[in-house]
Amino acid sequence: MLKLTLRNLLARKVRLVMSGLAIVLGVAFLSGVLVFSNGLSSTFDSIIYSSTPDGVVRAEQTASFEAGPTQTTQTLSPEVVAELEELPEVARADGDVVGIGMSLLASDGTLVGGTGAPTLAFNHTDGPNMAGEPPMLLSSGRWPAAADEIVLDDAAADNGDYDLGDEVKLLAPFGDSERTATLVGTAEFNGGGTAGATLLVFSTEGAQDLFLDGADAFHQVSLTAADGVTQEQLAEAADTVAPSGFEAVTGDQVAEESQDAVGQFLDVISTFLLVFAIIAVIVGGFIIVNTFTILVAQRSRELALLRALGASRRQVTQSVLLEAVVMSAVAATVGIGLGWLLARGLAALFRAVGLDIASDALTLDAGSVIISYVVGVGVTLVAAFLPARRAGKVAPVAAMRADSAPARDSLRRRTIIGGVLIAVGIVFAVIGITGGPGPDSLWVGIAAGIWILTAAAISSVIGRPVLVLCRGLFGRLFGTTGRLAGENALRDPRRTGATASALMIGLALVSTIGVLATSLNASVDDVVDEEFTSDFLVQSTNFLPFSTSVGDDLEAVDGVATVSRQQWTGAQVDDSTVFVTGNDAAFDDIYELDMVEGRQQLQGNQALVTTGFADDHDLEVGSPLTLTFLAGKSLDLEVAGIFEGSETTGDVSLPLDLLADAGVPRQDTSLSIMLEPGADAVAVGNALDEAAEATPIVAVYDKQEFAESIRDQINQLLYMIYGLLALAIVIAVIGIVNTLGLSVIERTREIGLLRAIGMSRTRLRRMITLESVAIAVLGAVLGMVIGVIIGVLLRQALKDDLTSLGLPLGQLLVFLVIAVVVGVLAAILPAIRASRLNVLEAIATE
Amino acid sequence: MTSETSSPAPAARAIDLRKTYGSGDSAVHALAGVTLDLEAGRFTAIMGPSGSGKSTLMHCMAALDTPSSGAVEVGGTDLGRLKDKDLTALRRERIGFVFQAFNLIPTLTASENILLPLNLAGHKPDQEWLDTVIEAVGLRDRLGHRPTELSGGQQQRVACARALASKPSIVFADEPTGNLDSTSGAEVLSFLRRSVDDFGQTVVMVTHDAVAASYCDRVVFLADGLVVDEIRNPKREQILEHMTRLQDLAAARTTQA
Ligand SMILES: Nc1ncnc2c1ncn2[C@@H]1O[C@H](COP(=O)(O)OP(=O)(O)OP(=O)(O)O)[C@@H](O)[C@H]1O
Ligand SMILES: [Mg+2]
Repeated sequence: MLKLTLRNLLARKVRLVMSGLAIVLGVAFLSGVLVFSNGLSSTFDSIIYSSTPDGVVRAEQTASFEAGPTQTTQTLSPEVVAELEELPEVARADGDVVGIGMSLLASDGTLVGGTGAPTLAFNHTDGPNMAGEPPMLLSSGRWPAAADEIVLDDAAADNGDYDLGDEVKLLAPFGDSERTATLVGTAEFNGGGTAGATLLVFSTEGAQDLFLDGADAFHQVSLTAADGVTQEQLAEAADTVAPSGFEAVTGDQVAEESQDAVGQFLDVISTFLLVFAIIAVIVGGFIIVNTFTILVAQRSRELALLRALGASRRQVTQSVLLEAVVMSAVAATVGIGLGWLLARGLAALFRAVGLDIASDALTLDAGSVIISYVVGVGVTLVAAFLPARRAGKVAPVAAMRADSAPARDSLRRRTIIGGVLIAVGIVFAVIGITGGPGPDSLWVGIAAGIWILTAAAISSVIGRPVLVLCRGLFGRLFGTTGRLAGENALRDPRRTGATASALMIGLALVSTIGVLATSLNASVDDVVDEEFTSDFLVQSTNFLPFSTSVGDDLEAVDGVATVSRQQWTGAQVDDSTVFVTGNDAAFDDIYELDMVEGRQQLQGNQALVTTGFADDHDLEVGSPLTLTFLAGKSLDLEVAGIFEGSETTGDVSLPLDLLADAGVPRQDTSLSIMLEPGADAVAVGNALDEAAEATPIVAVYDKQEFAESIRDQINQLLYMIYGLLALAIVIAVIGIVNTLGLSVIERTREIGLLRAIGMSRTRLRRMITLESVAIAVLGAVLGMVIGVIIGVLLRQALKDDLTSLGLPLGQLLVFLVIAVVVGVLAAILPAIRASRLNVLEAIATE
Repeated sequence: MTSETSSPAPAARAIDLRKTYGSGDSAVHALAGVTLDLEAGRFTAIMGPSGSGKSTLMHCMAALDTPSSGAVEVGGTDLGRLKDKDLTALRRERIGFVFQAFNLIPTLTASENILLPLNLAGHKPDQEWLDTVIEAVGLRDRLGHRPTELSGGQQQRVACARALASKPSIVFADEPTGNLDSTSGAEVLSFLRRSVDDFGQTVVMVTHDAVAASYCDRVVFLADGLVVDEIRNPKREQILEHMTRLQDLAAARTTQA
């Protein structure tokens, strides 16, 4: 039986390759994503471990503010460093200065980095990492010695077009924003690369000048343990010396905290990619089901002969399953290899957006390989199971029958089960929309899953009207050729439906995303329309705070009446971090918050909170509220009002000058500009742009530009998702090629007859192309209908955020056109094959 | 043959037609130089032992196959000069073909099958002619049926109607009754006979059956790729006699070899 199976496989190489291709692509995507994710985390792991010392003395709460963009103002004196160094457990102690918000400008004045990966500024010391090696390695030049010298990472020097000895332009987040320093060297993390971050390395003196106003102090101290001293012993000993407000922690803990912080972000990327890999695998599975179903149907005579010769049902079923195993094992192997290349492609793509993954981190680890094989072979086996069972059921007498098509179980049963499942989905959707327990979108999501899978299973029934329509349309447009194509598509509705299902899944997801994105855009317009009440808004491209000097410059522009300043920062309330917004007095003139209780105008230590925040923390007007800031200082406030959350402020809003009292360095996050009455908005806008030009991290937006900049970000994400879903569509195309190819083989005689009675090659090709288009259009129409329904329902479930519904009609039309193109492309090979058939041989085929 | 002024102009002719499969020692001469005129308005049968080249001759003359050498003319057109595209058009418009089995497209109804060559050519059907043909074939009440809903004999009659629908110069039929019982076979044969007598069509049919051949005006005998004999206005006994003689000859040759 094994011999026969292998011979069967070899006898149909083309079919094998085509069906295998679906698995190859699915597995390639999966293993590519796994390898990439591993590479991503190992890149960060090696950087984190190679740059962390044995122990650290740092301000308390530093860990909980890990992601906050705020500069600490708590410092350690050189005496503390000396004291630490004297401890017997400490081999050496190095004071660190860490700067936040510094930006690097290229020699032409544009921003380097600034998107995605952060810019890190710190002082260089000789302190080793926990492995006893230097945390950074010079690639060229030397370390900075003087206050006005700097070392950049290799990529930053390259991107900024700086050579050793050049004056490097910097943009400080405080005070006089433009700074320069002389480039004396380039370096990289010892762990390899920088993961895309921009590194600014100063001498201790230089860093203190920049970030501590020249004070001889440090933000934290790196400790190196003496011989035989463990990290725990080191931290314990250092803690006795650490001044109040500071803590000593082990290097392992610091590294773990960094990993956790980075990990959350990396997990989002990995999960995001993994979702698409799973979609690709599922779509591939559909194609396997279909291919094996057709293969079994075509071979039913041969299988019946086997049965007649005495093979048992199980032997027949097993032989088909064995075929699936061999095929999927080969395909998975190729897929894993391809996945490794794909991981490199992904890495290159992420490098382009600023996340640099060390290419030697992209290795095929045993875990990824095993998962890929298990998924590849597993999905194929599951997919081949039903067809294989059907093969076992072929009756021995079928060998004698002329008509080789196996008996079909009635479509009615499928229809009824499908109808029930769709109804169940509707129940879920209704629960979701009418606000059942738990997140509404989850209910709708479950309904969506049920619908998509059900529709795939009964596509032959629900797709019929589409195919009948295609037949009519083709008949009208292309005469008999079109009519024949339509008939062929309708001839085995289950096969057509199953083939279209793969495309349907892809397009359902694409349409859902399309509806959500369009709604999001519409909702953004709503919000901007309502809340953008200033004439101009100034923000940094990544919402990081910037120097107040920007506002000073803009205030001086002719025609500007008011510049209202706003600073966002993080604070701790009952162990959770909250976004706090400091607003100056002019804020109230420009923005009217939607007050639920109390009044917007604040006096003294008063704050406004959003309704959501008030609910979470049991606050009412008059309640006390204590915020703890990174500097360790606290503010005792009184809730003066509760407002409906908006984009213009964070969860807690308070007078701007209170932030300075809390030790938060004075910076601006957002500037709202009002013009003098009668000022020419265009002219002033240009003048503002010019005034802000020196600070490329900020941009001046008017209402339209602002909405556009948000829309751009949404669309960028949208296109990325479309790009990832394109793979599912490629796999679906393979499915169509496969089915058509098998159909052409099956209809060899018919094709020969058509040619004999005078159908030209061109028309024959057209007939097959039209059949392919019918399949593709079926998939597209079903997918789009389901996708739009799901999208609309999801929008409804998320109506708090997505206030407007938007239908991407233009995009849907494009999808339909793409489906037609997909159909045409998928038909190329089968059509060529059909038109090359020798008429006489074709007629003679049994 | 040109001297026979009584015979009408040929609808198709083969001139020293040769078809060789393979090469060298293993070469098979399916046609070893056949020269044959098929007269218009006649019903011709081609007979001969299995492997004598009957089907090959039909395929070459019906533009389904290309001969190794020699020429074929259909309605005055030399097929050797035509490209695939023109050959396809010629098959569609000037030649009708009926195979032994599987003549109909399963997805189309009987009437759609009949009209298929016309539709492919984009010609308007001559309704009067179609009515005549359909009437003659006796399937008016079955026109909306698909092939699977028709008996074998009915399917072959539909195939004959299709072959005639475009008023071709000549209809080739390769064992059209080979798969049928005698009653269904008789229906098909009498239809072909009528199409010659009443509508002036030209039909050429390969058959192994002496009864079938007796419907014809002329029987051409083939052996080893050559025309070896022919009878006009044959009777069944006459045909059987010739066939036996040919078989004896063949048997004698094999024993010789
Ligand atoms: N494609 C081919 N390749 C090689 N030889 C062929 C091919 N087709 C036919 N032949 C050979 O050519 C010869 C004539 O075949 P043909 O089919 O014309 O015979 P036939 O008279 O129609 O026989 P039958 O009565 O059995 O149908 C035979 O010897 C056959 O083996
Ligand atoms: Mg033959």
